[in-house]
Amino acid sequence: MLRGLLPALSLALVLIAIAWLNPRAISYFGFNLMLNLAIPIALATIAQMFVIAGNELDLSIGTFVGFVGCVTATWLRDAPLGGILVLLGAIGVYALLGALIHLRNLPSIVVTLGMSFVWQGLAVLVLPKPGGKAPDWLLAIMSFKPPYVPFPILAALVIAIVVHFGLMRTSYGVILRGSGGNAAALRRAGWSLLKTKIALFALTGLFGVLSGMALIGITTSADANIGNGYTLLSIAGVILGGGEFVGGRVSPIGAVLGALTLALAASPLLTFMHIPPDWQVAANGAILIIVLAARVLISRRER
Amino acid sequence: MLQAIADIVRLNGAEKHFGAVRALNGVDFHVGAGECVGLVGHNGAGKSTLMHMVAGTLRPDGGQIAVRGNAETSYSVARALELGIRCVFQELSLCPNLSVAENTRINHPSLTGLGWRRRAADLIRAKLDEIFPDHGISADDIAGDLSIGRRQMVEVARAFTLTREPLHLVILDEPTSSLDAHTAGQLLSFVRRFVGQGGSCILISHVLGEVLQNADRIVVMRDGKVVAADAASAFDRDRLVAAMGGAEGHRKAPVEARKAEAGALRVRARPARQEDGKELVARAGEIIGLAGLAGHGQTDLLLAIFSAAARARAGIEVTAPVALVAGDRQSDGIFAQWSIAQNIGIRSLARLRNGLLISPRREAELAEFWKQKIGIRTPDMNNNIFSLSGGNQQKALFARALGSDAEIVLMDDPMRGVDIGTKLEVYDLVREEAAKGRTFLWYTTETEELDNCDHVYVFKNGRIVANLRRDELTEEKIIQSSFGDAA
Amino acid sequence: MASLRMLLEKPWIWSFAGALVVWLATIAFTGGYGAGGMVTAALSLAVFTVIVGVGQMFVITLGPGNVDLSLPANIGLASAVAMKVMGGSDSMIVVGLLAALACGAAIGAINYLLIWALRIPPIIATLSASFIIQSVDISYGRGLQIKPPPGFADFTNLQVLGIPVLAMLTVVFTVGAALALQRMIYGRSVLAIGQNIRAAWLAGVNVGRVRFLTYTLCGALGGIDGALLAGYFRGANVDIGNEYLLASIAVVVIGGTSVAGGKANVPGVWGAGLFLVLLLTMLNTFGVSAGVRLVLTGLIIVGVITAAGGEKAVR
Repeated sequence: MLRGLLPALSLALVLIAIAWLNPRAISYFGFNLMLNLAIPIALATIAQMFVIAGNELDLSIGTFVGFVGCVTATWLRDAPLGGILVLLGAIGVYALLGALIHLRNLPSIVVTLGMSFVWQGLAVLVLPKPGGKAPDWLLAIMSFKPPYVPFPILAALVIAIVVHFGLMRTSYGVILRGSGGNAAALRRAGWSLLKTKIALFALTGLFGVLSGMALIGITTSADANIGNGYTLLSIAGVILGGGEFVGGRVSPIGAVLGALTLALAASPLLTFMHIPPDWQVAANGAILIIVLAARVLISRRER
Repeated sequence: MLQAIADIVRLNGAEKHFGAVRALNGVDFHVGAGECVGLVGHNGAGKSTLMHMVAGTLRPDGGQIAVRGNAETSYSVARALELGIRCVFQELSLCPNLSVAENTRINHPSLTGLGWRRRAADLIRAKLDEIFPDHGISADDIAGDLSIGRRQMVEVARAFTLTREPLHLVILDEPTSSLDAHTAGQLLSFVRRFVGQGGSCILISHVLGEVLQNADRIVVMRDGKVVAADAASAFDRDRLVAAMGGAEGHRKAPVEARKAEAGALRVRARPARQEDGKELVARAGEIIGLAGLAGHGQTDLLLAIFSAAARARAGIEVTAPVALVAGDRQSDGIFAQWSIAQNIGIRSLARLRNGLLISPRREAELAEFWKQKIGIRTPDMNNNIFSLSGGNQQKALFARALGSDAEIVLMDDPMRGVDIGTKLEVYDLVREEAAKGRTFLWYTTETEELDNCDHVYVFKNGRIVANLRRDELTEEKIIQSSFGDAA
Repeated sequence: MASLRMLLEKPWIWSFAGALVVWLATIAFTGGYGAGGMVTAALSLAVFTVIVGVGQMFVITLGPGNVDLSLPANIGLASAVAMKVMGGSDSMIVVGLLAALACGAAIGAINYLLIWALRIPPIIATLSASFIIQSVDISYGRGLQIKPPPGFADFTNLQVLGIPVLAMLTVVFTVGAALALQRMIYGRSVLAIGQNIRAAWLAGVNVGRVRFLTYTLCGALGGIDGALLAGYFRGANVDIGNEYLLASIAVVVIGGTSVAGGKANVPGVWGAGLFLVLLLTMLNTFGVSAGVRLVLTGLIIVGVITAAGGEKAVR
């Protein structure tokens, strides 16, 4: 029980710390600023969550987000149709990877590590120098200012609810999660594990594309390395959100909460605590270790 | 001809090989409509393999399968489900991360669209209520959080739920293994009701009474073949046991008073769940049996003793080096990439060294010695371990333990699925080694093996409930203790 | 003939064959110009991949899920530590090397401590550790004397008859690693754990100690690699190890070690290390852009792992 609350608890802790250090940050404007990058991080985390639900790992999601960013800032603006086709094709490549990994029984870590170079290379080819510009409609969406609730929070809510419904509430979502829980049982019930793997990877591709687009909508221009940190952030987000590497135990709501926690803890909290930005990455690592340690303690006590 | 159509399923000459092992050797088998067929046989007799074939999860290497009189050329799970044939497998096949209702959904492709969750929950709840009236399971419970007994109840109930697909035959592979007597009774009476309404069942169970009382017809398997098939009323317990091969090859070990009185203490262990003062004591030169129904704490105690040899543990005293012979070869014993010689040598690496390096010569010598001594049938000990038949693989595992410096040898039901010839050779070897002063702790599910033991501890629910000397050892006593209300 | 067939059955032969093909293609392109120099350069650069590759190989051989993702951060920090301890003075070279070794070994030990204490998969443990190490490195490496002592820089670049001395030493080291893998209790234990960790425990292998040693060894090799890299490239910096995450895993996979664990070989690490360096040289010689180079590198790794296939457990 306590374990299920851990993601929300971690987020609350970080928020309390921020409120204590700088009460003014807890405001419409403050959240807009602090959660600036939360939307793409949350989307990338959701992307990673899908592969993890199938007991795989995607080490290329970061460079993939970068690649999508580069395409968004160039082709999607200059030749929308071509841009859309390229992005759809990229999702197709993800689906193919899922098929390849299933059919040849390959370790996803190595395959996606190789793919991380491919996406990075393609990003460099699309946009050799930092630049480009996001399409206007995308900029408009990302700078949307709804009344009362800051946009990043609203968006996180929408993402969490939509994915929660899709994965946790639909009848095929059950099959997708089941493939991570007990693949043999699923096969015996007559389901195709090839299809579930393809579906999970395609969903990862889809949310990777959304993450890249959202990122460019915020930063307005792109750079081939812009998404590199997202691989690690996305994995950390899923784990913080209560997900496990094996067994199909994932939680979309938890993943979004985990992503928000990371987004807040990485930079705003450190700034308020007057800790130099050098330690940003370390803060992510430390949070991860603390949460995992807490989890071990809790499950020991519950046993 | 009419007879053939009344068959739900019929297999002719079914064969299956796993590497060098022949799991099924030309089996004819059929189930009629409205019939409950009991299937019995020792572990490794080929029952599960045969059932995998009926359920479509394994393809036969030879032979035909026909469902309701129609030959099926490309039989598969999906096809079996379409034809109304379902299976509750021995190893649990629930997804532990999903709820009870969600697990039900997995077996019913038609449970989709709006409101599927409610329909799935209603479906499983109704069936649970029908079979196990006082089950206490909620459709929202996560399968992994349920006790093993309740998981088995869900699994059985799920197999009988009905949506779009027909339901004609349910295979129940050890359906009562994790159920208490009360729920097991509920299940079996449900099975009779189901059969009474025209459904068919295959009931596999090691509890012979269950089969005798509930099956209409009984099929006995041994070594991948059907050795007897007759109406249940034609069998009694003794005839079943005889057909299974329990009496044959049964050779009472000479009961000479080899009792090395009070040898040095080797092991003193109390199971973690033991509440009274009973404990297991083993001395040098003794062969100690661990009996009782499968999974009642025997393996746990062996593993606890094994760990205690490396690091002290409360309640367990071990005074000499320990080696373990695994029963589940694939998951606990074999190193698949290695040769026979390497598989034997791994427990004795320190002694095989010449300076810092392992000497290939000494490793080969050790392997060759045991090849002769225990009779491993292979042209070359450098061949991969999987070039051996199952029985010879098991011999290699014995060689690993006996070739080591261990004075205490733990045996975790190591004769599962091993042919009788190998068994007899190993029994002799075990007695010979015990005479030299080694101590054996021998967990076995095959009662006749206990005749080799000096002492037998009977386990129930993780506790020792009886301690029988060899001269007071009878199958009845063991069964009484295993099923008794004691502890 | 029979010996040729035996040679072809060795899993590492393909990485050497690949290296040879790439080398031949390049000198065909240049018309034979620079053939020897290319080998020298390839040897000097491959050394750094081989050293961490061997460490990574032992870790990966421990079985599915075992991988050290903290190597880049480890290399970065150790390079800074080595250069700081050496302080530009030739007399401190040995002390600096030892410091780098100790730093790397400590990181490896911490990695295993996290795996063991938090019971988390090695991927996430080494990942979290690498986050922290990276920050330590950034904050520690700032404003440091990062130039190596001249003696050390010369040593790392020293050649005898066109063969880098470092490469010779690394050959000696890898022979030792190969012996440890196949002929020592430690190596046998690693292979046993990788095939079946439960069976290894029940066969009397001290699983915890062997895994601890393996992660520590891998960390230590990362540390020494960092020091050598800083000498060779005449300076430490935070990003010096970045490319070695993929490279260390790639050489293990291309070299014919099974990612499913339990099956490893050391020569393949050399073959694959040379292959990767020569491939880069070839692509540079052909004048392809950085983007194409990255794409090709990635595709080759995906291609090799696809061709090698995931070996299903023999059942």
